[in-house]
Amino acid sequence: MSAPADVITLPSPPRTARRRAIRLGDIPIVPAAILIIIALVAIFADQLAPHDPEVGKLTARFKPPFWQSGGSTQYLLGTDQLGRDVLSRLIFGARVSMVVGIMAVIVAGVIGTALGILSGYLRGWVDQVIMRITDTWLALPALTFAIFLAAIVGPSMWNIVIILGVTYWTRYARVIRGEVLSLREREFVQLAIVAGCSKWTIMTRHILPNVINSATVLGSLMLGVVIITEATLSFLGVGVPPPQPAWGLMLSDGKQGLMVGYWWLTVFPGCCIMLMVLSANLLGDWLRVKLDPQLRQL
Amino acid sequence: MTRYITRRAAYCALSLLLLSLTIFFFVRVTGDPAALLVEPGASAADIAAIHHRFGLDQPLWVQYGLFMWSLAHGDLGQSFYYQTPVIDLYLSRLPNSLMLAGVAMVFSLLIGIPSGILAAVRVGRFWDSAGKVFALLGLSLPSFWVGLVLILLFSVYLHWLPSSGAGTPLHLIMPAFALGWYFAAAHMRLTRSSMLDVLGSEYIKLARLKGLPEALVIAKHAFKNALIPVLTLAGINLVIMVNVAVVVETVFAWPGIGRLLYEGITFRDFPVVQGVVLLGGAMIVVVNLAIDILYAVIDPRIRLER
Repeated sequence: MSAPADVITLPSPPRTARRRAIRLGDIPIVPAAILIIIALVAIFADQLAPHDPEVGKLTARFKPPFWQSGGSTQYLLGTDQLGRDVLSRLIFGARVSMVVGIMAVIVAGVIGTALGILSGYLRGWVDQVIMRITDTWLALPALTFAIFLAAIVGPSMWNIVIILGVTYWTRYARVIRGEVLSLREREFVQLAIVAGCSKWTIMTRHILPNVINSATVLGSLMLGVVIITEATLSFLGVGVPPPQPAWGLMLSDGKQGLMVGYWWLTVFPGCCIMLMVLSANLLGDWLRVKLDPQLRQL
Repeated sequence: MTRYITRRAAYCALSLLLLSLTIFFFVRVTGDPAALLVEPGASAADIAAIHHRFGLDQPLWVQYGLFMWSLAHGDLGQSFYYQTPVIDLYLSRLPNSLMLAGVAMVFSLLIGIPSGILAAVRVGRFWDSAGKVFALLGLSLPSFWVGLVLILLFSVYLHWLPSSGAGTPLHLIMPAFALGWYFAAAHMRLTRSSMLDVLGSEYIKLARLKGLPEALVIAKHAFKNALIPVLTLAGINLVIMVNVAVVVETVFAWPGIGRLLYEGITFRDFPVVQGVVLLGGAMIVVVNLAIDILYAVIDPRIRLER
């Protein structure tokens, strides 16, 4: 994941002691703004949405967007097969994507970071066991595994959060373990051992704060992957259950109208996913370069 | 060498064991597997019969033994929907999946390698940036959406290509492109970085000092050497493609393994879902082993590392 970093042409920071300091001018404005707007839309969905996202008018099915003939300004982006307003569903869908994305990244991050620290600091058989499990997990195609889990536990938004967390923790575990391996040889850790700190204290007070940066960067890079996976699961019918408005689910519904040319049911949700994932990736790459030079090769 | 291969093979066996354990464990922890093994609407007596028939009333370790025993015999259970063994279904769909993955791979290499070379040769200039935007788009667009938009363009509006099914080469174009698109970005990035590595090496400097035209330096000296890692990745990706094609196959109704998995989910045909996931994982573990061994044969340094 090295290439996309340079899409935003940032001026190279001066080689001074302050080179890591984040200044406002450096932040990639457009992706950050898009993410903030999506977050605001998600928070204020109740106030913003012009219609109920889950209940439609059957008399107003398959209305095109307002600029096409047959469309009306009452339904700006048209309606779906149950006469539900597409714009309102997109607005509430932002909430689902945001909540699932962020929560899943946090779940994966907590599992992966904890196992990475245990593995890297304790070494020995603990390390062997955790790393073998990580290898096996990495060998599985993540998507197939997520589908398998989702098929067993059944569709629900919170199940998806847990499934995505359980599927994607390995990337954190690998990277964090590598960092801990070098951290444990550093003087402050050795001194802590000499001072008689317990292993628990060393891991939580001395090691953890030093790997939080990397975990944050990884999390921001994972956000895009997680959102796409959520959309995919919803699209396949094992993700967020209907009638909840999720972008992947909207695409799945839109598939039925595709052959008749109801393009708005497919194009709008897809654009939303793309905008959000693209922004998350751009911001994640920027964070990586900014916060953690060691991760630039990821 | 033998020692290295033995150790790798042992890790591989361990991975497969962990894979089977994981799947066994998840099926039983998340609920009563009998509920997954009976058809919807079964009575309590049916469920009890299933409990007895599949040995679900026995201790867990006995159950795991039985599970492994039937796996070792290639028995993945019976599909409810098709009433045939899962393994037969899988094998009948496999050629379709391989064909789709093969064509998708050709697409992704045809897009990825030239654009990667272009980006490396013109590093930091327009084509390089264009390549980066392309790679980023590849990562940010869900492949099923690419598929849907392709259908909208080429089937609904232009009527050039069939929107679903299989049979003619025309059916293959859109699903292969949608699947290959994501991988093209990965191949492009690896080609670029691998080309940059090679272009910075001594023998390229020598070739340039000899006064060879730049086109010849790139085509003959750099390209060949830069291709090795790309082709290795392509080999792994081919196997991954077979296993992640589920969304693309669903969008285009392509009768491959992914479609089988999707049908398994929709019809609550649990043995099919379990079988596809197990075989997919096993396939990837085995291919990784093959690549490790191949590397050891090629590069003695890897053999000696502990």
